[in-house]
Amino acid sequence: MIRTEEMLLNVGPQHPSTHGVFRIVLKIDGETIIEATPVIGYLHRGTEKLAENLQYTQIIPYTDRMDYLAAMTNNYVICHAVETMMSLEIPERAEYLRVIVMELGRIASHLVWFGTYLLDIGAMSPFLYAFREREAIINMLNEICGARLTFNYMRVGGVKWDAPEGWIEKVRDFVPYMREELAGYHDLVTGNEIFLNRVKGIGYYTKEEALNFSLSGANLRCTGTNWDLRKDEPYSIYDRFDFHVPVFHTGDAWARYQCRMQEIEESLKIVEQAVEQFPEEGPVMAKVPRIIKPPKGEAFVRIESPRGEIGCYIASEGKKEPYRLKFRRPSFYNLQILPKLLVGENISNLITILGGIDIVLGEVDG
Amino acid sequence: MTDKQNDSNEGLSIEEQKKKAAAEAKAKALELAKQRQAEKEKAADVSEPIAEERELTKEELKKKAAAEAKAKALELAKQRQAEKAKAAEGSEPTATEPELTKEELKKKAAAEAKAKALELAKQRQAEKSETTKAPQSDEPADDLAKQKALAAAKAKAAAAAKAKAAAAAKAKLARVGGGDTSTEPASDDEKAKAAAKAKAVAAAKAKAAAAAKAKASREAGTDSTTESAGDDEKAKAIAAAKAKAAAAAKARAAANAKGAGTEPVAEEKPSPNQPILDTYRKVIKEHLGEDVLEDSYINRLSKDVPTLVAKPESYYKIAEFLKYNDQLRFDYLSEMHGTDFETHFEVYNHLYSYNHRQSVALKVKIDRTIATTHSITPLWEGANWPERETYDLLGIHFEGHPNLTRIMLPDDWVGYPLRKDYEPHDVEV
Amino acid sequence: MEELLYAQPGWTHVAIFFALGAALLVTVLGFVTYAILAERKVLGFMQMRTGPNRVGGRFGLLQTVADVFKLLIKEDTIPKLADRPLFILAPVIAFAPAFMVLATIPFSENMQFADLGVGLLYYVAVSGISTIGILMGGWASNNKYSLLGGMRAAAQMISYEIPLVISVIGVILFAGSLNLNDIVRGQENIAYIFLTPIGFFVFLISSIAELNRTPFDLPEAESELVAGYHVEYSGFRWAFFMLTEYVYLFAMASLTTVLFLGGWNPIPFLDFIPGMLWFGVKFSIVVFFMIWIRGTLPRLRADQLMSFAWKVLLPLALLNIFVSAAVKELFL
Repeated sequence: MIRTEEMLLNVGPQHPSTHGVFRIVLKIDGETIIEATPVIGYLHRGTEKLAENLQYTQIIPYTDRMDYLAAMTNNYVICHAVETMMSLEIPERAEYLRVIVMELGRIASHLVWFGTYLLDIGAMSPFLYAFREREAIINMLNEICGARLTFNYMRVGGVKWDAPEGWIEKVRDFVPYMREELAGYHDLVTGNEIFLNRVKGIGYYTKEEALNFSLSGANLRCTGTNWDLRKDEPYSIYDRFDFHVPVFHTGDAWARYQCRMQEIEESLKIVEQAVEQFPEEGPVMAKVPRIIKPPKGEAFVRIESPRGEIGCYIASEGKKEPYRLKFRRPSFYNLQILPKLLVGENISNLITILGGIDIVLGEVDG
Repeated sequence: MTDKQNDSNEGLSIEEQKKKAAAEAKAKALELAKQRQAEKEKAADVSEPIAEERELTKEELKKKAAAEAKAKALELAKQRQAEKAKAAEGSEPTATEPELTKEELKKKAAAEAKAKALELAKQRQAEKSETTKAPQSDEPADDLAKQKALAAAKAKAAAAAKAKAAAAAKAKLARVGGGDTSTEPASDDEKAKAAAKAKAVAAAKAKAAAAAKAKASREAGTDSTTESAGDDEKAKAIAAAKAKAAAAAKARAAANAKGAGTEPVAEEKPSPNQPILDTYRKVIKEHLGEDVLEDSYINRLSKDVPTLVAKPESYYKIAEFLKYNDQLRFDYLSEMHGTDFETHFEVYNHLYSYNHRQSVALKVKIDRTIATTHSITPLWEGANWPERETYDLLGIHFEGHPNLTRIMLPDDWVGYPLRKDYEPHDVEV
Repeated sequence: MEELLYAQPGWTHVAIFFALGAALLVTVLGFVTYAILAERKVLGFMQMRTGPNRVGGRFGLLQTVADVFKLLIKEDTIPKLADRPLFILAPVIAFAPAFMVLATIPFSENMQFADLGVGLLYYVAVSGISTIGILMGGWASNNKYSLLGGMRAAAQMISYEIPLVISVIGVILFAGSLNLNDIVRGQENIAYIFLTPIGFFVFLISSIAELNRTPFDLPEAESELVAGYHVEYSGFRWAFFMLTEYVYLFAMASLTTVLFLGGWNPIPFLDFIPGMLWFGVKFSIVVFFMIWIRGTLPRLRADQLMSFAWKVLLPLALLNIFVSAAVKELFL
């Protein structure tokens, strides 16, 4: 008698395509997924618990380790939360530096996503091209803050270091270079028939589902929801820049791909304008007390990270340590929809869908 | 309230004082009534630089003294003037010699007019309400600030009701007591001074001076070590703002506007989100009745987000209503987490409506011993993992959750780490 | 060589055959060594990196040698729950046919080991055996990933064998023979790539699929199945699978050269260059093309791979038979 049976397949936590230590237990029939159960927490470091015994400035390096591909936005969100509570006025120059590094970080993050996504799908070269450009960005960020990945650059009230001599010019030169390379990516990948077949119609969800599952970032904008906190709830100085929020309507991996690629272009626009408007002189740090003590109360702020809405909740007792600190980590929320998307797909699509969501495990596990 | 602002204030005030000193010299020569007022302003101004730069103050005082000398020569009512001049001068040595301050206080108390009793009461009230609101922290600075403020308020009350001398004595006592227990006597003295002055000014009925002093006291606060700076500063600023608001209600609002800092005024403005909150309240009241909300307010610290605190039993009902009501339609759960406030647990949800482009924070306070509430995962799928995380780290049970298991920690973990009373199970680690 | 086959058997003959076989093996291993290096270098060049540059001078000429040496001295591990005999047998079964098919390939006019009348058929038939080795390895490992990889390999190789064989029928029609020597001689005037371009196109794609190379590397899709059918193999057993892959690359590139590019036949007016060299040049172009493809394209999905074989390549291959027949009737 020939009989078939379902089998359990453990994907991860050590697997090339889970982008870190993410585990997903699949119940498969042949190669078709019947049920998927994500298991997370392998990278849980208890940042929020640790933060309860740390001063605000000391917490900033911990945020670097959450979304380690776009640590600048993480730095910013906690500074922004404290600054909102203390109603601090940030010096112009610091604001511009923040925007420039955050947008460069966004580009770098999307480049990593682009490279690894294509690697997941089986194309090796785009990965190396993307990392070449990312390297240029990382070098620039290294020059301004002395770290390539865990920047620890921002402080409550401004930024730690002013831009070194000639740095702004480097950023200015980078923009046209990146545009040119981006066109190359489109030539290499975007029109590729195999790639299109792999991503079109894969991992589809509707706008309502996206909202219901609290998705954010490109995962939300791919469903036709025009929502970008930089535009809709402007923070920092984003209201000064002319940029456009890419929105696509097909709700599949292809839309997410296009969305992120266009976001790179928009970020370049922002960087370009920020470099134009960059103030010649001025402090990069507001006058803040040496020991930061936000007033008693609570605040929740959210900003747009490359992965979506990153938020920071602070409950303060007016002391130098937060009473409770909570990060809304976009990857954590975005990943929730995965089990739903996987049912009925095959293992190849698992990789496409998971990659398309763009998670960073450091962020998922907090 | 930043240092930067303080700096600019200092800079301005010193120049300003000089200008004033010159103007006052002329004014005195011309007008009796004006003279008095000007002198009071001076008194207010003088107190400000004391904390920071004594040299300047002295110079200025000399100028003033000269101006006063002129004024005296011209004026019949020399006695009163002399008194005030003393008061102004007396405030300078206060910093170094507390004994003098006491004398001065007595004089000031004596000068208090009974007609101002109403204003005093108002101010007192404002101050009291502020001090009671102040955070109950274990830091001594906080307590001291509160104690002092209360003492000052009491002293005022007594002064209004009884003989002025007695009031002065009390104020002295309170101050001395505060100074003894304090870890930082210098700043305490300054604070006490500020309080005493606030009284004196109120008695002298110039609200502009009161505003200026509020500033001065704030500076005094920042001048003390940064440890206590934040708290004192804040408390004082708020007290000052309240005092000012009370004053503004009176006829002399115009005089106030001059001296008032812009920031505290802005804080007093009703939030732009107030109407939105009112709408939420109204709609909820219409549909769900009166007693579903425990509280509702605008959280000014959090970008003015309207905040609703649901009663535990009506939490799910309100959440459901917020999602499905056409006027609200909060279709997006932006954030969900819990906090252990030691007296209770609190679950915080930040909801967003893409239709109306509005936010709301929905909170619910949960009894710590029961630690159970209704899950909102049936409403927003996005609450699934956050609720599991809250369960995992805080031990709040969510009824109706499809799969309430630990998510971050291993299944055999003992305890809930984010609870404030959490003890690691394995002491070795 | 022919006469050796028909001569009286004896120990001398055995020795000669053994020596010749060993010589071929060494040649093939030499090719594999440098094919791997070439692949890494070419990919490195395409991806703007250096590739191997340490062992054996600045071109890394001994890199693969060092790698193989490492594999040789590596501990031989067999999973506890694996099917031990099959696990050991699988790499052998996979590798042997890869080496066997080389016997029929004419590298030049004189350089051929067995001039079989049905050389082409022999090639296709024997190469099919490798699938069994791969499936066996996938099954014996007792690992879910390798099982999935093995199943994918079986499905893929069986599916692509059909368009591969049918696409060659055009060539057989022109040459009128299954003998590879005859096929090469038939291309003295014009290479068959110009006569049956559709056949060439289908053959090339199918051959890449047969070789399990990107974009058809599903059986070992690294990002999905970690390493596919050889996930549990290590050391020299794994090296055998690797060797199989590259020997097949060698064989398939040779076959493509023979069937479509005219084998050792020179380009007109350049016939002073020896045939062996011509073969080498054409062969290298094919190999380079395959590496190039690997550096450029993403991977297909299993279902797309299947539908591509059955819905696109097979009809095209069938069409090619008619077109080739028409061309032969009308123009030749």
